[in-house]
Amino acid sequence: MMANELQKIGNAEPVALLKIPVLAISEWREAVLQEVRAGARICALFALPPRDSPVDPADGLARFGALKSRLYAVLGHDREAALAVCATDVEKAYPSLSQVIPQAHWFEREIAETCGVIPQGHPRLKPIRAPLSDAPFFEVAGDSIHEVAVGPVHAGVIEPGHFRFQCHGEQVFHLEIALGYQHRGVERALIGGPGLRTLHYMETLSGDTSIGHALAYVQAMEPLVGIEPPRRAAAIRGIALELERLANHVGDLGALAADVGYLPTASFCGGLRGDFLNLTARICGSRLGRKLLRPGGVCFDLPENAAVEFTRSLEGALRHVNEAAELLWSRSSVLGRFEHVGVVSAETCTDLGLVGPVARACGVKNDVRADFPSGIYRHAKVAVATHAGGDVFSRARVRWLEIQESGRLIRSLLSELAEGLAEGPILHEAFRAGRAAPVLAPDRLVVSLVEGWRGEICHVLITDRNGRIARYKVIDPSFHNWSGLEMALRNQQISDFPLCNKSFNLSYCGHDL
Amino acid sequence: MLKELLARLHQGHRTIPFPREEPVLPERYRGLPAISAANCRDGCRECEKACPTEAITFAGGGDLRLDLGRCLFCSACEDACPTGAIRFTRDYRMVTRERAALLLGDAKTLELARALEERMLRVFGRSLKLRQVSAGGCNGCEAEVSVLNTVVFDLGRFGVQFVASPRHADGLLITGPVTKNMRLALRKTYDAVPAPKFVIAVGACAISGGPYAGHQEACGGAESVVPVDLFIPGCPPHPVTTLDGLLRLLGRRGRTVIR
Ligand code: SF4
Repeated sequence: MMANELQKIGNAEPVALLKIPVLAISEWREAVLQEVRAGARICALFALPPRDSPVDPADGLARFGALKSRLYAVLGHDREAALAVCATDVEKAYPSLSQVIPQAHWFEREIAETCGVIPQGHPRLKPIRAPLSDAPFFEVAGDSIHEVAVGPVHAGVIEPGHFRFQCHGEQVFHLEIALGYQHRGVERALIGGPGLRTLHYMETLSGDTSIGHALAYVQAMEPLVGIEPPRRAAAIRGIALELERLANHVGDLGALAADVGYLPTASFCGGLRGDFLNLTARICGSRLGRKLLRPGGVCFDLPENAAVEFTRSLEGALRHVNEAAELLWSRSSVLGRFEHVGVVSAETCTDLGLVGPVARACGVKNDVRADFPSGIYRHAKVAVATHAGGDVFSRARVRWLEIQESGRLIRSLLSELAEGLAEGPILHEAFRAGRAAPVLAPDRLVVSLVEGWRGEICHVLITDRNGRIARYKVIDPSFHNWSGLEMALRNQQISDFPLCNKSFNLSYCGHDL
Repeated sequence: MLKELLARLHQGHRTIPFPREEPVLPERYRGLPAISAANCRDGCRECEKACPTEAITFAGGGDLRLDLGRCLFCSACEDACPTGAIRFTRDYRMVTRERAALLLGDAKTLELARALEERMLRVFGRSLKLRQVSAGGCNGCEAEVSVLNTVVFDLGRFGVQFVASPRHADGLLITGPVTKNMRLALRKTYDAVPAPKFVIAVGACAISGGPYAGHQEACGGAESVVPVDLFIPGCPPHPVTTLDGLLRLLGRRGRTVIR
């Protein structure tokens, strides 16, 4: 099977399930391998439970028995704005992809966990969301090796996760991360929707990325109804997404400064982060952007005078961020702690399929806004920031560059809106209040990509024959990047873990779902 | 050093004057809802149908009741109501000591949290150490609690501090619906806090399970595992709401009943 025979789709472009080739397992493996060799990344790899598969009430997982589950692979060609999709049916086991494609490893662990299909030959098959299971941790043998266990409850105000280090003195030989403490059954609950809670699930998949995930959702829904949101709504969505990026990146710069004990930048950025959240709250009443997005458009237009007032607030906040960041870059004591710490090589980055600022800090120039532009990004071009070092410094630096670019984007969108370029409604009439909820096209698959502040957010929505949600797969950027953090810790001082961890700043709940 | 001092001058003083002055909240902020059940048309129930978390009930055919502990402040009910019986005000005060007090109704008053008992207040009134446990929280509540430590809210000036170990803590601040996978860890953390101790539940999830209420993977809130002494509604609560609640608990805001 040649790679070019695979079904290729674009971002937020639905395809009929019938058009997706269902290959024999060996052909499917070969096809995925060929795509990856041709430079594709795995955006999603997941199982669709067979129709009517019984759900075990004990854990809510589907038990297929003798039924076959269908594996879907979604492979992103970043330079061609194309997504290749192919499927295969598996029964109880299949030869794993991870043996030849390392970036498949976390996905295959999830497949095994959620539907009991065994990827044979997987190098490290254990559940990713069952932290209380007694699956053993990887252990390094030897007299002078000691083990350090941290979590799930941590010292700060953060989410739970468990970190297991194999150390020799201060040096970390190996780190294994056990997640799943935040597992609350979101993907299971999404099946059969959309319903009253669907949007709220989206906004809380990872609550610090409410806009990013809600955007991926509405962007998946709209083409299934056959509508486009009004251009004005698209612009407001863009402003909100960039404000979310600004708030989080600024917060991260402050937190990185705090982790190396450089308090001026830490305390300035801590406050400045709130300035961006407050701008979002001026649009929709919520600092995290709750209730701003809905299928068909947005719920709130910009307040009057927004162009003038927002621009003024934004300029002020960015000027202060600038100053706080300049302090950071000018202190050798800070740079000494940032540089050459927690290095991830470009090769490891590509092998593991890392995404977002973490990947761009390894010099990998991927950004959904530029590579798979959708919504307002089809008009507003984004300059993608990269830095080559792969260390904590590069990850901080990329965030800094992205702060500038987000500021520029928001300013230009604001002035565009002020000039009345996209005046008109903010919600498509198909979704107006009082109208019956539109029906989704049946038996379709749509892949929706959004560049959230952590990186590529990928939602895959599959509808059943009645236009209800048959499967809703969420891949938060953290799903790709947690294993990057494990690699970054190799041969580091264990005392640098908090700093490395902060430089990734990954989501637990977005992973655990 | 000079650079840092100059920067400090430019950045200015950022701490809000709350509680000395009332906070400045955004125009579109959705705070405490006000209910006028007299406006309800017979058997209308549009709000009940629109609510994602079953926060609205008409128990026994009676009047409209809105459970702040379940509410996500999405105002879908307000949007659905043809007569304006539910209206979201900009009042940020809504923290209570009892779960039942969160059930809003027409004629009902909302008794805001009263201070800790005399004996507890003597111990904790001027110095309170909290341990935060996220148990399935989406990082929305966590983030909005975290900002209390920034220069803007400056929690430290009230003697309140988040500490790294439950052994150093006087109480727990819990976020999230308490996933099955966090239940044990939460229980152990609670047990590790020396008595006398108390528990604060922040956000709809920790109070009632929020959007995850009824999920078999979660326990429907903190009360399913530990006793709760302070309920802070919201999804997530505005930091000022949380701060107001903490100050009330410490007896710094007097007694208030909202009518
Ligand atoms: S605002 Fe609260 S009560 Fe009203 S619909 Fe939303 S969750 Fe339900």
